[in-house]
Amino acid sequence: MTAGVAGLSVVDLREVALGLGDDCLVLSHRLAEWTTHAPELEEEMALANLALDLLGQARSLLTLAGEADGRDEDQLAYWRDDRDFRNLLLLEQPNGDFAVTMTRQVLFSTFQELLYRGMAAGTEPRLAAIAAKGVMEARYHVEHARLWVQRLGRGTEESHRRMGQALDLLWPYTQELFKPTESWSRAADQGAVPPLSSIEEPWRHSIESLMVDSGLEIPGFPAWQSGGRLGRHSEHLGHLLAEMQHLHRSHPNASW
Amino acid sequence: MSHSEDWPLWEVFLRGRRGLSHQHVGSLHAPDPELALQNARDLYTRRGEGVSIWVVRSTEVHASDPDDQGPLFDPPSDKAYRHPTFYKVPEDLQL
Amino acid sequence: MPPTNSDESRDLAFQEAIDADRTVEPRDWMPERYRSTMVRQIAQHAHSEIIGMQPEGNWITRAPSLRRKAILLAKVQDEAGHGLYLYAAAETLGVGRGELTELLITGRQKYSSIFNYPTLTWADVGAIGWLVDGAAITNQLALTKTSYGPYARAMVRICREESFHQRQGFELLAELSRGTRAQHEMAQDAVNRWWWPALMMFGPPDSESPNTAQSMAWKIKRVSNDDLRQRFVDMTVPQSRALGLDLPDSQLRWNEARGHYDFGPIDWEEFRQVVGGHGACNAQRIAVRRAADEGGAWVREAARAWEVRQQSRTSAA
Ligand SMILES: [Fe+2]
Ligand SMILES: [Fe+2]
Repeated sequence: MTAGVAGLSVVDLREVALGLGDDCLVLSHRLAEWTTHAPELEEEMALANLALDLLGQARSLLTLAGEADGRDEDQLAYWRDDRDFRNLLLLEQPNGDFAVTMTRQVLFSTFQELLYRGMAAGTEPRLAAIAAKGVMEARYHVEHARLWVQRLGRGTEESHRRMGQALDLLWPYTQELFKPTESWSRAADQGAVPPLSSIEEPWRHSIESLMVDSGLEIPGFPAWQSGGRLGRHSEHLGHLLAEMQHLHRSHPNASW
Repeated sequence: MSHSEDWPLWEVFLRGRRGLSHQHVGSLHAPDPELALQNARDLYTRRGEGVSIWVVRSTEVHASDPDDQGPLFDPPSDKAYRHPTFYKVPEDLQL
Repeated sequence: MPPTNSDESRDLAFQEAIDADRTVEPRDWMPERYRSTMVRQIAQHAHSEIIGMQPEGNWITRAPSLRRKAILLAKVQDEAGHGLYLYAAAETLGVGRGELTELLITGRQKYSSIFNYPTLTWADVGAIGWLVDGAAITNQLALTKTSYGPYARAMVRICREESFHQRQGFELLAELSRGTRAQHEMAQDAVNRWWWPALMMFGPPDSESPNTAQSMAWKIKRVSNDDLRQRFVDMTVPQSRALGLDLPDSQLRWNEARGHYDFGPIDWEEFRQVVGGHGACNAQRIAVRRAADEGGAWVREAARAWEVRQQSRTSAA
């Protein structure tokens, strides 16, 4: 296997970038679905900013992932089927209500910020550059989602109830965040990305203290769902991709 | 139904770059100061304008009288006590 | 001593100030009709920005490249921002956003009827940017000099942000026009459908526009409907040639004597039908807005309740 800059193989670099890029692309799509449906116009702006930040990250990561075999961001986004997507299951879950959307956001963005921090200090310069920019954005996403989780958790009886339901709904997908693929483990050995075990503790700490602050309880049942990183998705992703890809695929040789 | 339930209004002030003072750029609605700051960032700095944001509850802004006191403009009604007609006195009294 | 307070002399003084190009600010006295006209116009403009997010928003999740998706998302987000600036301008006249939203979703206030047309293909996104934003900019540039200060300032900010909206639409259509045959046809079809409604955006002809005279006198409106429409046509015809797309009007030709393009008659019956609620998407547009408003009520309520609790906690401490 050809060695990359930091001794990271081309295949491992591609797998790592693809996983992170698909995370951003799929979550960006979900957030963009909120357009014209947000609970207040100010939040319309905020959700669009989250979606735009993540779309920007997705484009950088997919461009990097496609470099090795000469595929550009659009070929990767529009010409892979769901079994070839590497995103976390958590991110393809439907938006549900605003409670589900903000809960998903805080679970993921907290993870992403920690991951980017490690990666920004890592040995693979292009991954590090993307992470250094992304970490500022992730920080903001975390702040925004935390403010909302607190307010909804302690707001009204109804908002509290909805937050409880959201947490129960999404909690099963959280263990997958910390399950490394083989590529990830090798990249971590090379110092290009942080070992996922190293960010699990700080993540758990951050989420637990937020939930305590917000008067919410983390479910007692185990978080066992996984498979997204290996291309084993929920039914939701197929529909998401059908919508996202249909126009592009209807005009195979067109440029836009 | 919803109009009495609007979130409070906030005035947004932006420092364009270091060395400049904060300038009023507009307003927005938010339930509290923290979200007001975030909303201000989303609304007024998404093209990279500004390095520092202030938000002030609109009800906390106290305004002076309008500069123009030409015939067109009435005296502001919020300081009616400055005007003699504000005070009721018996009609037959000379004050 | 009650000074020259009769309505007539006030009205006269107000008109003199307007004639001297003085900007009206929120705390100034103004005739009741000026105020209500201003509220109605700003509100209608704000509603148009917000409802206007829907036809283009319809294509965000299907945008055919990631670059286009980012551009479209940013553009639709801008329109939300424009709505916010305008609702804030209306608020300086003492009318809250919730109150105006209520008037919109109960059909008591209007928005630009252009947004009651459907976006059938991706090319519609380009046609909207090029023609609808183009027409809106023509209109809004004139409004940067409107007499009510907060409205004029909102327009300045909006015009600055609008500059990329029309360009991205033009670029999108240019790409389609010189693309595959199917893409070119898609672009032409979209222009065919959006051209006439875009011309209607400037409102009825001056001869049938009863409010125009007063609005012009108060300098709420600085240029008449017909003049703005002509300005738009003159600007757009050369652009259509650069795009390699036809405008669907056989009577469109340069008039040397007038120094303007002549164009064919507008179907004002269609305009009346769409304004009257019988466009393809009127009900749908309002239903979406209503659903967002009602569906978000519990969120807004929760945030308020949280803040009230915070306040009482800090005051108790
Ligand atoms: Fe706009
Ligand atoms: Fe626009």
